[in-house]
Amino acid sequence: MLKFDMGRRALMATAVAAMAFAGPALADGHKVVDSIHFLIPGGAGGGWDGTARGTGEALTKAGIVGNASYENMSGGGGGKAIGYLIENADSNHGTLMVNSTPIVIRSLTGVFPHNFRDLTLVAGTIGDYAAIVVGKDSPINSMDDLLAAFDADPSATAIGGGSVPGGMDHLVAAMVMEAAGKDALGVKYIPYDAGGKAMAALLSGEIAALSTGFSEAVDLSNAGEVKIIGVTSDDRVSAAPDAKTMKEQGIDTSFVNWRGFFAAPGLPEDKLAMYQDAIGKMYDTSEWEDVRARNGWVNIHNSGADFQSFLEEQEKVIGDLMKKLGFL
Amino acid sequence: MLEGLLIGLQTAFSLQNLLMVIGGCLIGTFIGMLPGLGPMSIIAIMIPVAISMGDPSAALILLAGVYYGAIFGGSTSSILLNAPGVAGTVASSFDGYPMAKQGKAGKALTIAAIASFAGGTIGALLLMIFAPMLSSVALLFHSAEYFALMVVGLSAIAAFAGTGQVAKALMMTVLGLMMATVGEGALFNLPRFTMGIMDLQSGFGFITLAMAMFALPEALFLVLKPRVAKEGGEGEIKDLRISRDEAKAITPVIGRQSIQGFFIGVLPGAGATIASFLGYAVERNIAPKEEQEQFGKGAIKGLAAPETANNAACTGSFVPLLTLGIPGSGTTAILLGALIALNVTPGPRLMIDEPQVFWAVIMSMFIGNLVLLILNLPLIPYIAKVLSVPRNYLIPFILFFTLMGAYIGQNNATELLILVGFGVCATALRFADYPLAPLLIGFILGGMLEDNFARSMQLYDGIAFIWERPMTLGLLVIAALLVVLPSYRARRARLRAEGVADGD
Repeated sequence: MLKFDMGRRALMATAVAAMAFAGPALADGHKVVDSIHFLIPGGAGGGWDGTARGTGEALTKAGIVGNASYENMSGGGGGKAIGYLIENADSNHGTLMVNSTPIVIRSLTGVFPHNFRDLTLVAGTIGDYAAIVVGKDSPINSMDDLLAAFDADPSATAIGGGSVPGGMDHLVAAMVMEAAGKDALGVKYIPYDAGGKAMAALLSGEIAALSTGFSEAVDLSNAGEVKIIGVTSDDRVSAAPDAKTMKEQGIDTSFVNWRGFFAAPGLPEDKLAMYQDAIGKMYDTSEWEDVRARNGWVNIHNSGADFQSFLEEQEKVIGDLMKKLGFL
Repeated sequence: MLEGLLIGLQTAFSLQNLLMVIGGCLIGTFIGMLPGLGPMSIIAIMIPVAISMGDPSAALILLAGVYYGAIFGGSTSSILLNAPGVAGTVASSFDGYPMAKQGKAGKALTIAAIASFAGGTIGALLLMIFAPMLSSVALLFHSAEYFALMVVGLSAIAAFAGTGQVAKALMMTVLGLMMATVGEGALFNLPRFTMGIMDLQSGFGFITLAMAMFALPEALFLVLKPRVAKEGGEGEIKDLRISRDEAKAITPVIGRQSIQGFFIGVLPGAGATIASFLGYAVERNIAPKEEQEQFGKGAIKGLAAPETANNAACTGSFVPLLTLGIPGSGTTAILLGALIALNVTPGPRLMIDEPQVFWAVIMSMFIGNLVLLILNLPLIPYIAKVLSVPRNYLIPFILFFTLMGAYIGQNNATELLILVGFGVCATALRFADYPLAPLLIGFILGGMLEDNFARSMQLYDGIAFIWERPMTLGLLVIAALLVVLPSYRARRARLRAEGVADGD
């Protein structure tokens, strides 16, 4: 049992987890791992938290993992947990840390002193494409319209997003404009501290378009409030078959905001293989399908070496763009 | 609408949903009483339970019950221990805690309960009548107006500058505004003023700071002045009932603040906190002069105003949530997530597609508020007994809840060090007679003030928004009046007292 390595700190998280989810399911024939301790670099209720708890729920209910415990360790915008995992690597072989695209962005800007190479890469599990949306009454109906409006008056064609300048939503907007042959530096990006406020700004006409996550865009579009004018996927996504991709509209760019799991550096090979096996098997279970559908996640599975090359590619694309925008 | 009302009544009065309201309110009030656990964390914990029920009306009724239950219970720790657990109840401690110290804890809790009930009920009534119309009003507010609204909120500080402490109150406000800039701002993706310390990257936590400013100095003060501590026993519940005169005094306050609070709650991003500060400031400004001096020393109006306003604002925040699908606060954002997980998409079509959800929630608010009142009133004597515990036994409890409150939300031990560090500083400031509330108000409003100002600057390439947007200008003028009027009145009164009244 590795679970109690951090028992003292984990106590509260585990207590909450025990309240929130029913106890571990009966282990049947196909158990792969006895227990996993999930390290969540942010507080309860955030995206990382939901990913870790949802994954743990699916793994235990499906009987792939006997027991899952959770620990929220916020601080430093996620950097504290990364530092902790690296510093206490030897006692954390039973721990998986959840993370996502910001680990790449924040390592590049130096906000995190470490980067993903300092950790053992387990697997990218889910993802979300990005989308550009406009209000339902907006005269803009496609990326062409948006680009035309931008050409006519760049200053009045502000694009909003839920992240800081240089954060994900900004980079997506810049990436799209860049690929469309416009000057990414000329884009007026307005940051909002939460998706809801950015949405209110879009509907009130303060901003012309909004750069946001695809699953959020689909919800808003289903509610009849926005039009999705471009998605950063390679092909159309079944959740919104009418939404055109950027590539269809002649803008050659794609982007995935992934979420995945990392382990402590120096994790023994056999353990790593065991975790990757458990996660791989998870995708075929109905329990995972329930959790995935409930949260509107898209399965984007990258294990081991694939994960590594995916991250390196993303780091390069984002790094180049950030240099261009003057963030590096 | 009548048809909708009937559907709502039918849904809300089913046995299951009645149990949901009662259960939600109970859980909300009791957990809300603990400092440090705000509605957001309670709802986050309750979400899996709600989702597993599968019925969206029942789930939303439960979660809404937890939400306003927590706001209802949140005032208890503000009043009894001076330990506000949620930003929305900070203003309740300004007069609630002095009342408790004067042995009027029971009365304070009763006023809080009645004000909360009235705010919630009137808010629900307004929600029922105006929700569809208000959704468009919420969208009239741009970043520029939010900036101006925060300035109006800051003018609440004038309320603490009455007794020759203008300079001190201003200094503390500025200090609070400065503390709000620590961490990664929304403007830059670089950390500011963190001195390379990773734990400061996300800034100071509200709960940590609130505990450090209010609750911890309270405990330390008692330790350092043991004579006061030994007396104790003051919390005897002498007068639980409010007299006819007092009822007459707070009725107009409750009426005004229910409406004002509700409309502020409708604006996404403003919410209960601003509503409570503004309610406090406005009521103080329109009160007669002799009553004004009582504000901050245990005025019943000063307690009734923020308590009504924050509950009304809570109800108001359901307008953008249900009619536009826009969460105005962290708590409503979590509610939105839960709704979407239950395949209910809030937005303009909710009332047409799923009227039973919309109306059942509103109906359950009436029931919930009534449940809360019935539940709370008989309990008040027992809750108020907390204060009749001799102070030297109470201190460890205050310390325990303060430390736990700061730790539990983030699970970050550094918060404890920050808490103790600031707590000691705050105690020193308190001995030097600096008001601490302005610091907290500055801190709470500072972030929003800066973000909205910066956004407006960016959108208008400068500060042109101040005169180009009439509503912004109007709000800024109101803020100026709120600051200037009291000192002008004070000056006139002084001149008149000296027998040189000017002209009229």
